[in-house]
Amino acid sequence: MFAAELLVAQNIGFAVIALMMIVAALRVVTTSNVVHAALWLVVVLGGAAAQYILLAAEFVAVTQVLVYIGAVMVLFLFGTMLTRARIGAERDLNNAYWRLGIPVAGALFAAMAIALVSSFGDEQLPAEPEVTSVQQISDQIFGPYLLPFWALSFVLLAAIIGAIVLARKD
Amino acid sequence: MMSMFAVEVPYWGQSLLRVLGGIVAVLLPAGTIVYVFLFKMMSFMQSRLGPMEAGPYGSLQLVAEVGKWLQKEDIIPERADARIFKMAPIVVLVSTFLLVAVVPFGPDAWFTNFEVGIFYALAVSSLSVLGILMAGWASANKYSLLGGLRAAGQLIAYELPMVLAVIGVVIQAGTMNLQQIVVAQNSGSIFGFDGLGNPYIFTQFVGFVVFMIAIQAELTQAPFDMPIAESELVSGYMTEYSGFRFLIFFIGEFATAGVFSLLTSVLFLGGWGVPFAWFGWTDVDSVANWMNVVGPVIMITKMMLIAFIIMWVRFSSPRFREDQLQRFAWKVLIPVSLGNIALTSIFKVVM
Repeated sequence: MFAAELLVAQNIGFAVIALMMIVAALRVVTTSNVVHAALWLVVVLGGAAAQYILLAAEFVAVTQVLVYIGAVMVLFLFGTMLTRARIGAERDLNNAYWRLGIPVAGALFAAMAIALVSSFGDEQLPAEPEVTSVQQISDQIFGPYLLPFWALSFVLLAAIIGAIVLARKD
Repeated sequence: MMSMFAVEVPYWGQSLLRVLGGIVAVLLPAGTIVYVFLFKMMSFMQSRLGPMEAGPYGSLQLVAEVGKWLQKEDIIPERADARIFKMAPIVVLVSTFLLVAVVPFGPDAWFTNFEVGIFYALAVSSLSVLGILMAGWASANKYSLLGGLRAAGQLIAYELPMVLAVIGVVIQAGTMNLQQIVVAQNSGSIFGFDGLGNPYIFTQFVGFVVFMIAIQAELTQAPFDMPIAESELVSGYMTEYSGFRFLIFFIGEFATAGVFSLLTSVLFLGGWGVPFAWFGWTDVDSVANWMNVVGPVIMITKMMLIAFIIMWVRFSSPRFREDQLQRFAWKVLIPVSLGNIALTSIFKVVM
């Protein structure tokens, strides 16, 4: 590969953000406070949004911020603060079976790595990344991918109805 | 933005100018809103004069207030989580700065011309909830925690009608880019009459009302000031903050009010533009260069108008109870805005 083709700034940006995400992800599981863990998770999810921006996927990045940071993490924090929001270090936060998680996580990582490498192994990102417009995305969703979109909508609808059924007392 | 200068500005220079412009665009509206509305208008509405001593007509009162806060002792409660306690106000202020980045002020006077502009604005405005929750939790104070939880519940509930009200505008304009929303309004026409353009406050009036109510709640201004209800919770999630850190929360509150007013004027009042038919413009490229100077003035005028409405409602209405507040969001605003979306899309397809 020629040096001129290397996207220096993008690569440095990717490295910095990836390093930050790894550190934050490790802190999520090692920190001894539930709220701290949730806040480190915010850093990880924000880093993912930043990586999407580096890939010129603006819409996905903004959706990531809106859904994960703005809604999911706020509900997470809301729940933990409402129920068990102690300040300072806590013991017994680790699940008794945490050792079992390591091989599972390793296997998942291997499966995803193999899937990614075997399907995109030789491809390269274009030197001038083209911003995918929202129109293109919606044309894809409401064209060839209409059926998966409907299926997802039904799953979400079922989840909403389930939540209502669980929450109602009468 | 740079085409209005005769010289070519390098990229770092443009970035620096944009950052400086962003700081001005956040702090200037905040200061103006605090002095004109919070100090003076509230006083007149309560039959008093307000600040009169500092400077002519009390106009330097703001400097005095900031000076007062800056020299106060920086207190962090002993049992508090100091690091998160310090971080919380900054998160709130950063979300405001990120918000102003997509607001266009003229044909070339924008900070960034983001294709999914309004979607981005709605996403980063939800970041301030994080800061509020952090502040409420880290203060190690039951009042603060209650205030933070109330704020989170309220902001989640009112973000939905806000997003849904904006969707009506997006359907009508056919774009999420704020610049193109402005162009679509000013080059439009109402039943063939183009002397006014087509500001969406006419066609999207329901959306406008829902959006105004939702931003009132997002800004936690009365009647939606449950999170900082001073007669119940001292001052909610801000109870333990003093000095400079309180000042950051304070600036964040009014700067966000200013930025949301700017967004409202872009979405519903035609933004920086004048109806393009007046001067025979057809699209954004044919707009005369002097609009880069007049545009910001128009934007600030409209911002003051919207901020006036926000503050007027704030000073003249009593507080909602928590259950009324939630019921109003979920059972009134969301169905109304969903109906608005359905009607808008039917009209969009039929016409």
